[in-house]
Amino acid sequence: MIAAVSTIAVVLAVVVLVPMAPGWEAVKKSFFDGETFVRTFPTLLRAFLLDVAIFAWSVPMIFALGLAIALSRGARSPALFPLRVFGAVYVDLFRGIPVVLLVYLVGFGIPGLGLPRPWNSPYIWGTVALVLTYSAYVAEVLRSGIESIHASQRNAAICLGLSERDTMRYVILPQAIRRVVPANMNMLVALQKDVALLSFIGPVEILRQAGIFKSLLANFTPYVVAAIIFLCVTVPATRYADYLLNRDRNARS
Amino acid sequence: MPDPRLQLRGVTKSFGEVSVLKGIDMEIAAGEMVCLIGASGSGKSTLLRCMNGLEPVDDGEVFLDGVDIAEPGFDLSTIRQRIGIVFQSFNLFPHMTAFDNAALAPRRVLGEADSAKARITGLFERFALGDHMHKYPDQLSGGQQQRVAVIRALAMKPNTMLLDEITSALDPELVGEVLDVLRQLRDDGMTMVLATHEMSFAREVADRVVFMDQGVIAEEGRPEQIFSAPQQARTQQFLASVLR
Amino acid sequence: MKTLITAAALSFAATSAFAAGHCAAGKTLTDGTLTIATGNPAYYPWVIDDAPEAGKGFEAAVAYALAAEMGFDAEAVTWVRTSFDEAIQPGAKNFDLNMQQYSITPERDKVIDFSAPYYTAPQAVLTTTAVVEAGAMPTLDSLKTLKWGVVASTTALPVVMEQIQPDQSPLVYDDNANVVEAMKAGQIDAALFDLPSALFTSAVLMENGALLGQFDPAAAENPDQFGALMPEGSALKACVDEALAAMTENGTLAAIEAEWLQEATGVPLIK
Ligand SMILES: Nc1ncnc2c1ncn2[C@@H]1O[C@H](COP(=O)(O)OP(=O)(O)OP(=O)(O)O)[C@@H](O)[C@H]1O
Ligand SMILES: [Mg+2]
Repeated sequence: MIAAVSTIAVVLAVVVLVPMAPGWEAVKKSFFDGETFVRTFPTLLRAFLLDVAIFAWSVPMIFALGLAIALSRGARSPALFPLRVFGAVYVDLFRGIPVVLLVYLVGFGIPGLGLPRPWNSPYIWGTVALVLTYSAYVAEVLRSGIESIHASQRNAAICLGLSERDTMRYVILPQAIRRVVPANMNMLVALQKDVALLSFIGPVEILRQAGIFKSLLANFTPYVVAAIIFLCVTVPATRYADYLLNRDRNARS
Repeated sequence: MPDPRLQLRGVTKSFGEVSVLKGIDMEIAAGEMVCLIGASGSGKSTLLRCMNGLEPVDDGEVFLDGVDIAEPGFDLSTIRQRIGIVFQSFNLFPHMTAFDNAALAPRRVLGEADSAKARITGLFERFALGDHMHKYPDQLSGGQQQRVAVIRALAMKPNTMLLDEITSALDPELVGEVLDVLRQLRDDGMTMVLATHEMSFAREVADRVVFMDQGVIAEEGRPEQIFSAPQQARTQQFLASVLR
Repeated sequence: MKTLITAAALSFAATSAFAAGHCAAGKTLTDGTLTIATGNPAYYPWVIDDAPEAGKGFEAAVAYALAAEMGFDAEAVTWVRTSFDEAIQPGAKNFDLNMQQYSITPERDKVIDFSAPYYTAPQAVLTTTAVVEAGAMPTLDSLKTLKWGVVASTTALPVVMEQIQPDQSPLVYDDNANVVEAMKAGQIDAALFDLPSALFTSAVLMENGALLGQFDPAAAENPDQFGALMPEGSALKACVDEALAAMTENGTLAAIEAEWLQEATGVPLIK
């Protein structure tokens, strides 16, 4: 009840007070222009489909590579020490470089070596940049999941005669992956936003399309449209991740 | 005379500075049921873990059917099928049904597919868990979970079972059903080494009782001898404290 | 030539010494000073060496001549830097005029004010010698088959989409440097710039750059014209337009253009 009253009060204050600010008329015209909204919405929505497509084909690669890196970091046998080092370096390197930089470096740099079309496409190399960065994050998340599985589970499996490989595959990983689903959901929300960084190397996705409209129309409303489209996807996804996290916490307590 | 099923010679084990096993010599014949008793921290669990190579020994030999499995580089996976082990805390795989817990290793290690199914179903039915086979561990009581853990070990057709205080984590009213399982195994002639705090059970079923104290075997013998006429002062002390 | 302009500017300043009755009086941010914005950084050939104070480069020279025409001597001109976004954001502005190759469009004109045009830019096609060798021609048919790249904030994108109508959708970048990088990486075949930028980019930033052709500005329906940008409803607009008209009339603008913007000879017209 109190919550409802105070919420209404705050909303009212915003709705009533903001338009009283001296610059409101100008801000409204530049950021909340109805005509521009209607005119740019369909094109922006179409551009957003490109974001969705890039997202969709990146995710499987991110998880496959992230899993491979997580496993190589956890390799136990001394003969696999180099693999462990590689995994550690990989994670440090690609988590340490801002995604934007990697998009530029990989997106322009590797095709610049002289690859023929279509292998020099910014879509391919931009995706590679995203996959490199996000697989490093996912690898760390998975590794923390793997390490959170109590050693007694591994012992039980080994004592049954299962190989290291089968122990990982049938006993440890299924539990670890389930445990890190919420963390990975948050990762996916971040990825959905970072897909827009590919626009720096050419693809006209929603952020770029909004920028084009902005400079043609000298109006910022397209950015507001883009923000709303993003929110329509990321808010439910974030809520869902929170829900999973809570469910997990309740289940374990 | 045939080789004993399990034979330990001068087994020592320490964790860092702490010396946990200080030269254990022991022989267990096929079909024998041996109960390990002793104070908490005396080294019972560690000894069991050394018997199936889960814990590498520092020194000494562990023979299983005449083969030294403590030799460095010995491929332990081959003997683990023959020695089942069950832990105090069950350690069932929580993401699998009871049946799948038991079927995983036969399928992956023994390469059994359909044949495993009937056999494992039979085990569940034998131990009165036929109705609970397809439940997940968190849907089962502690006693049921521990019986599933025993079935899981038996599913690998072992000739020896190591059981580490498998009733300690259970509510008192659930202990009985698990001990019943052990009685049945004993009647089958299974070789068993059992670390336990259930003195009356040890007295009832054991062929031999081994009393451990601070990493050594202080006294061993037939149960009636150990429980009625212990020779060593520390055995008397221990029994006095637990049988009070 | 340059000394001539400076002399002309000085003589204007001398004859119309700043007086209370002048058109611009009281209409600037700071009385007696004309605050002009340029890009950050400002590019050749619009501003030489990113130093507009020196008056070198086309826009810098136009700025000082315009100031003189409006009755400000060179010392009365102050420079500030802005991005494109800052210039069209709502709210108070920190400049009287903003000159950084802003193309005049009706949509932009709704939010801010433009002066009369001070330059009409032919759009030129920048490509690489490899693409030319592969058979690209200065004809619309040939241009259609190329993979295009443009800078997002310019009016090049509508030209590409409406006049060229390429077979594949163009790629879009933040600035000239990224367009050049994409061309080097072989991701695009051609880019559309205003002619002066295209000439500079081809000659300085690229090893194998080539100018395939230019669109005749006289033939275009909406030629790309640069105007000085002012806050919406600026009182100064009338004075600026008047001064620019005078400069067009007396040949000052043409002289500055001839001095700073290379003659575009040898770049064929696109048919
Ligand atoms: N992995 C380990 N690292 C270090 N110390 C250990 C480890 N495992 C056991 N110990 C120590 O070895 C000693 C013997 O432990 P063990 O578990 O074998 O005793 P226990 O007789 O089984 O006792 P309980 O009746 O409580 O189960 C204890 O002091 C224990 O702290
Ligand atoms: Mg123990």
